[in-house]
Amino acid sequence: MKRFAALFAAIDETMRTNEKVDAMTAYFASADPADAAWAVYFLSGGRPKRLIPVRRLAAWAMEEASIPDWLFEESYDAVGDLAETISLLLPDAGTTIDEPLHVWVEQRVLPLATQSEDDQRTTVIEAWRRLGGVERFLWNKLITGGFRVGVSQQFVVRALARASGLDEGSIAHRLSGQWQPRADSFVKLVSPETADAEISRPYPFFLAYPLEDPLDALGPASDWQAEWKWDGIRAQVIRRGGQTFVWSRGEELVTDRFPEISNAAAFLPDGTVLDGEIMPWKDDTPLPFAQLQRRIGRKTLGPKILAEVPVVLIVYDLLEVDGRDVRSEPLSWRRAALEEILNRARCAAFVPSPLIALDSWSDADAAYARARSMSAEGLMLKRRDAVYGVGRRKGGWWKWKVQPFTVDAVMIYAQPGHGRRASLHTDYTFALWDNGALVPFAKAYTGLTDVEIRELDAWIRRNTLEKFGPVRHVKPEHVFELGFEGIQVSPRHKSGVAVRFPRMLRWRTDKRPEDADTLETLRALMTKAT
Amino acid sequence: MTLLRVTDRGLRCEAGGFHIDPWQPVDLAVITHAHGDHARWGSSAYLCSRECEVVLRTRLGASATITALDWGERLDLNGVHVSLHPAGHILGSAQVRVEHRGEVWVASGDYKTDPDPTCTPFELVRCHTFITESTFGLPIYRWPRERDVFAEIDAWWRANRDTGRASVLFGYALGKAQRLLAGLADSDVGPIYTHGAVERLTRDYRQSGVRLAETRYASDLPKGHDFKGSLIIAPPSAAGSTWLRRFGEVSTGFASGWMRVRGARRRRALDRGFVLSDHVDWPSLIAAVDGTGAERVWVTHGTREPLVRWLTERGIDAQAMAAQWKGEEDTDPVEAAGEEIVA
Repeated sequence: MKRFAALFAAIDETMRTNEKVDAMTAYFASADPADAAWAVYFLSGGRPKRLIPVRRLAAWAMEEASIPDWLFEESYDAVGDLAETISLLLPDAGTTIDEPLHVWVEQRVLPLATQSEDDQRTTVIEAWRRLGGVERFLWNKLITGGFRVGVSQQFVVRALARASGLDEGSIAHRLSGQWQPRADSFVKLVSPETADAEISRPYPFFLAYPLEDPLDALGPASDWQAEWKWDGIRAQVIRRGGQTFVWSRGEELVTDRFPEISNAAAFLPDGTVLDGEIMPWKDDTPLPFAQLQRRIGRKTLGPKILAEVPVVLIVYDLLEVDGRDVRSEPLSWRRAALEEILNRARCAAFVPSPLIALDSWSDADAAYARARSMSAEGLMLKRRDAVYGVGRRKGGWWKWKVQPFTVDAVMIYAQPGHGRRASLHTDYTFALWDNGALVPFAKAYTGLTDVEIRELDAWIRRNTLEKFGPVRHVKPEHVFELGFEGIQVSPRHKSGVAVRFPRMLRWRTDKRPEDADTLETLRALMTKAT
Repeated sequence: MTLLRVTDRGLRCEAGGFHIDPWQPVDLAVITHAHGDHARWGSSAYLCSRECEVVLRTRLGASATITALDWGERLDLNGVHVSLHPAGHILGSAQVRVEHRGEVWVASGDYKTDPDPTCTPFELVRCHTFITESTFGLPIYRWPRERDVFAEIDAWWRANRDTGRASVLFGYALGKAQRLLAGLADSDVGPIYTHGAVERLTRDYRQSGVRLAETRYASDLPKGHDFKGSLIIAPPSAAGSTWLRRFGEVSTGFASGWMRVRGARRRRALDRGFVLSDHVDWPSLIAAVDGTGAERVWVTHGTREPLVRWLTERGIDAQAMAAQWKGEEDTDPVEAAGEEIVA
């Protein structure tokens, strides 16, 4: 556990990606496979279910630290993280005995799930008394199911690749699906035999630049292909060697998450790679992104959710034909070949990205004006003679996004953020006027500068009307211009509407709360949107 | 009327005709220590500890009228006995003991009871009313042993040196910076450089006889000097400044009590936080209050309410005192960094 704690501290301490990767590489290269397996599991975001209710844990901690509940609350308020608060409040551990990570997890953490409350208490308090600083914090995180660490899956994969001498694609492939944190799984994960992974390898995605110049500057409209810009999950579908792999843009294998797409891929000729957008799609119409989000987090997909939120791949491009890399062919060629392949495959799950007729630039203007009503984010403009590039490049592809909706709203609740924002109030709830009352309608936590956040945090602490756990009800005083992408009716929200991607565009220090917008204004935007 | 009371100019003793750490100019200012929020310009006369004199002079300038008292030396001001007792916060930091007709008050200023080689250790003074700080007035604040912290700093610096980096360690220019230099006095990892704000005060400390690690003023070095493997001591306000560019690739650390909490370190985007404070932690604070035997406690600085409630529940007449002292570690380190003490 000490080595894993040291790894966690090393990752947590540095802002440098390289150092995080180096620390993980060193760990994976030398740790016992039984421990390394659990490290992979936790670092990849795996977490045991919350094993003990937080309230119970807090109560034991107060007893153990001999402090009253109000002082525990004050402390929690200052720290912003329960696991950390507890580890800071408990008396220092006596002599600590080191045991391997897998022993801690398998013999202490996991059994909590079936223990009686009394036995849980004994286990937890014994652990507290035996573990020092960082280890105690990690223990609390593990048993509350709140373990998070500041590395992305991609870097875990990179470290494993370095430690094993394999390439990242092989590792990502082997980690996909139902990977089990066991010693033998780890040994297989880093074994040098790689034939299994070659065929799964995706191409780097080509990304568009935001349109900067007026359309006329792009030359004749006839040189360009226009499509809708969809708001789903960008993905590559690979059919090679009789197998299917679906990769998201985050270089994550999502084959199992979208059975509609992976099943349909069996009808593609071998040696085919498609680039497209996974979209929730029903009756030839896109569903709101929120619907797709309902599917994303789930490990198992039941028939109900599959029926409610079916997905398709809106296919943008063709990258490989008969095992040949065709990215250097012009778009016009790739599009023709793509249509041919999809025609032959005849799968409802593959929808060629609809083209927008473009006789002149005024057609593009007209389409842009309709984008919202198409549930699209805007337009994509692609040069007909452009190759499929690597990464974000200027010139070949442009994205032309619609402007966000905006309203002026009043901040009414605030709560601390997570990670580096814990103990600073960074997550805010905003309200609009409705019949003289402020009705909450959106939460946002991005868009302010660090300086503004600190200023606001200080103000929040001085102007709290009520506290509900970590949430503070603050004086309705500050007005913010909020931007958001979509808007839809939602019976689950008090306001009756849900907005997509809300974020703060500006702190309207020039406005008083009574100048903020009404729910009526928001509802009117919805009519405009559809 | 109480012996001491808060006025718009600061904490005043009516009977003795003086103020303690006033925030507006007064006739006679008794100064607990030389941090900017406690020692302000403009008063007609100042009284401080002998140990504090050099640094206070640097702060207030040659024209200020400063009288220094030895530890425990008694001064009679209109029948009020005033004496100064070590507070252990920084060089020369004093608690002010005020006695009038048998009633004893102690205004502690900022203080700590942990050992610190740069100043005289805290002295517990019995009193009826104790005015305490509560910068770190929550039980989450408990300091590790100083030598463990210096071992961490040493290991960090060494590792940076071995990877060809300079180490930049942020600490408040008056007090913390010198405590770091004292703790590093026997270190052999590499050369140590100072920021201008640190340099001047470091000279004052040396002049006062405090043994510190050898340092060089970073700005004295020619452009293009190779700082690899060295340690640079700088005030927190230098974080993110262009001044840091000259050091090439650096690892940054901050020595402060706030570093006890993970979020405080992470949101400053620092590589390392070292838990080293010049203020009392919660257990020492409670022990100090108990030790004074005070029946009444006034609480200033930081999160006052929890301490007031804790003491009240233990039968002590405690109340929060409104003061305009905003210590170098008083609020969050991010805010405090803005009000750096530059001589």
